[in-house]
Amino acid sequence: MTSYAASLPTALPTATTVGNPTLNIAIFGVFVLITLAIVIRVSTQNKTAADYYAGGRAFSGRQNGIAIAGDYLSAASFLGIAGAIAVNGYDGFLYSIGFLVAWLVALLLVAELLRNVGKYTMADVLSFRLRQRPVRMAAAVSTLAVSFFYLLAQMAGAGGLVALLLGVSSVNGQRLVVALVGILMIVYVLVGGMKGTTYVQIIKATLLIIGAAIMTVLVLAKVGVNLSSLLGHAADASAKGDAVLSPGLQYGKTSTTKIDFISLSLALVLGTAGLPHVLMRFYTVPSAKEARRSGVWAIWLIGIFYLFTLVLGYGAAWLVGAKAINAAPGKANSAAPLLAYKLGGEVFLGIISGVAFATILAVVAGLTITASASLSHDVYNSVVKRGTATPAQEVKVARITAIVIGVVAIIGGIFALGQNIAFLVALAFAVAASANLPTILYSLFWRRFNTRGALWSIYGGLVSAVTLIAFSPVVSGKPKIDGKSASMFQNVDFHWFPLDNPGIISIPLGFFLGWLGTVTSRELNPAKYAEMEVRSLTGHGAEGAVQH
Amino acid sequence: MSAHAPDRDDLGEHAEIIQSSAEFADLRHRFRRFVFPMTALFLAWYFLYVFLAVFAHGFMAHKLVGNINIGLVFGLLQFVSTFAITMVYRRWADRELDPRAEALAAQLGGAR
Repeated sequence: MTSYAASLPTALPTATTVGNPTLNIAIFGVFVLITLAIVIRVSTQNKTAADYYAGGRAFSGRQNGIAIAGDYLSAASFLGIAGAIAVNGYDGFLYSIGFLVAWLVALLLVAELLRNVGKYTMADVLSFRLRQRPVRMAAAVSTLAVSFFYLLAQMAGAGGLVALLLGVSSVNGQRLVVALVGILMIVYVLVGGMKGTTYVQIIKATLLIIGAAIMTVLVLAKVGVNLSSLLGHAADASAKGDAVLSPGLQYGKTSTTKIDFISLSLALVLGTAGLPHVLMRFYTVPSAKEARRSGVWAIWLIGIFYLFTLVLGYGAAWLVGAKAINAAPGKANSAAPLLAYKLGGEVFLGIISGVAFATILAVVAGLTITASASLSHDVYNSVVKRGTATPAQEVKVARITAIVIGVVAIIGGIFALGQNIAFLVALAFAVAASANLPTILYSLFWRRFNTRGALWSIYGGLVSAVTLIAFSPVVSGKPKIDGKSASMFQNVDFHWFPLDNPGIISIPLGFFLGWLGTVTSRELNPAKYAEMEVRSLTGHGAEGAVQH
Repeated sequence: MSAHAPDRDDLGEHAEIIQSSAEFADLRHRFRRFVFPMTALFLAWYFLYVFLAVFAHGFMAHKLVGNINIGLVFGLLQFVSTFAITMVYRRWADRELDPRAEALAAQLGGAR
C-alpha cells in the first residue's frame, strides 16, 4: 500500500542495537498484567449478549471516544506515519489528514443513525429493512474480509515489531511472539468481551497519547517551540533538503503515482465510516447523543495525535536522520522508537516500545470481537438458525468463533511473517469504502433501496477491490531493487492493474452497482423503511444500557 | 421477525403515520439540510487539498514565513476545519436535533 504501511516491520535478520530488550519486555509485561487484571475484574459482569457484544452499552461518550482512538490508532498510525514523515517528509503528513477527515463522514452521516437502528453488528443496520438472510450473509462476508485483512497485517507487524523492540531475532522466536499476541488477544476477548476489550483500548489510547505528547514537548523544547526552525533542521538533515517540507517526494514522481495517491485518499476518507470494528464501537454507548459525544472525543484525540506525529516525524528526521532510520531494522517504523531513545534513553525507549506493542494488542482484540460477533450474530443466529438462537447460545458461539478466529490469525500471522503484506491495511479501507459504505448510506438515506442493490453493492465492491489488488503491483511485478521486489510475490509478474490502490475504481463501482441493483428490482417495503427512518432519527426503540 | 429488533418496540403501522407527520418531516428536513451540504463542503475541501498536493507542488512549496509553506498551512487548516465542523455539528445537533427527536420519541412512547 502506502509508504508507511509498506514499511511495516517484517521479519528481521538482526535485533535492535539500541535500548535494553529486558527492560522493554518488563514494561510490556506490566501493561499485560494490569490490563489482564482489569479484564478479569469486569468479566464478572458479562452476563447477557449485550454485555458480551456491546459492553452493556454502559460506556460514556468520553470513554468510548477514547476507546475509538485506541482502536483506530494502530501501530501503522504511530510508528508508520511518524516514520513516513521522517523519511518522505510531507507525503507522510498527507495520510494522517485522510485518516482524520474520514471521521466527519462517520460523525455526521453514520454514527448516530446506526446507533439508533442497530444492536450488535453492522449487518443489523444493513439488513433492517431488506431481506434478512442474504443481506446479513453478505454483510458478514464483507465484515470478515475487512477484519481479517486488517488483523493479518497487525499480526505480521507484531512479529517484526518485536524483532525491533524486544530483541527477538530468530524466526522461531518471532513465531512464538505472534502466537503469544494471539493467545493474549483471545484471552482478552473471551474473558472480557467488549467491556474488557474497551478497557484495554482506553488504557492503551491514554498511554499512547501521553507518550506521544511527552515526546512532542521534548522535541519542541529543543527548538524553542518554533515549528519553522524544526522544519529547517529537518530539511538541513535530509539529503533531499527542502523537498521534505512539501508534497510530492513520494507520490509526485509519475502520473501513475499521482493517480494512485488520489485513489488512496478516496479509500481513506470514505473507508473509516465503513470499518465494522469502528462501527461496532458505537453500540457500546447508551444513546445516539452519547454516540455523537464519542465521535467528537475521537476526532479531537485522533487529530491531536496526528499533530504530534507531524512533530515527531520531522523531529526524527532531524535528530535521528533518514539514513540512520533506513539502516535500522524495521526501517521507517523505527523512527519513533529511535527518536524516543535519542530523547530519553533506554527507559523512555522501553516505555514507547511497550506502548507500541500494547497498540497492536488492543487493535487485534477489537478486530477479533467484531469478527466473532458477526459470525455468531449474523451467520449463526440469523442465517443458520433463522433468528431462533437464544442470546446464551449466541454468546457461546461468539466465544467459540473468537477462539477459531484467534487461531486462524495466529497461523496466518506466522505465515505472513517476513511477507510484504502491509497492503492489506489499504485493502481493508478500500473494501470498507467500496462494499460497506455505499450500502450503509443507501440503506439509511434512500427510500427506494432494496435487497438486490445491497447484494450487488457489497459483493461487487468486495470482489472488485480484492481482484484489482490481486492483479496490482503490490502483489506482483514491481521492479527489483537490490535484488528484491517490493511486491508480495517475487520472480512472477501477473499484474495488469497499474495502481496499488483500487479505490478509484472499486468505490464508484460499489455505489453504481448499489444503484443499478436497486432500480432493476421491484422490491420495495415502505412500511419497513418508515420504521427504520423513524427509529434512526428519533431513537425510538433503540437498545438502552443494560442494568446490573 | 428476525433477531435484529426487539418486538416490544415494533412501530407497526404507526411508523408510516409518524413518518408523514409534519414534526417528523421537519426533523428529517433539518437533519438533511445540515449534514448533506456540510459533507459536500468538507469532502470538496479535502479533495481540493489532495489535488493541490498532487498536482501543484510549486504552489504548495511556496514559503510564507520562515520554513512554513502553503502546503503545511493548508494541511493544518484541514485539522482546523475538521475540529470546527465537529464542534459546530455537536452544538447544532444538541440544540436543534435532540429536543425535536426527544419530543417525537416521547409521543411514540405514548402511542405504543
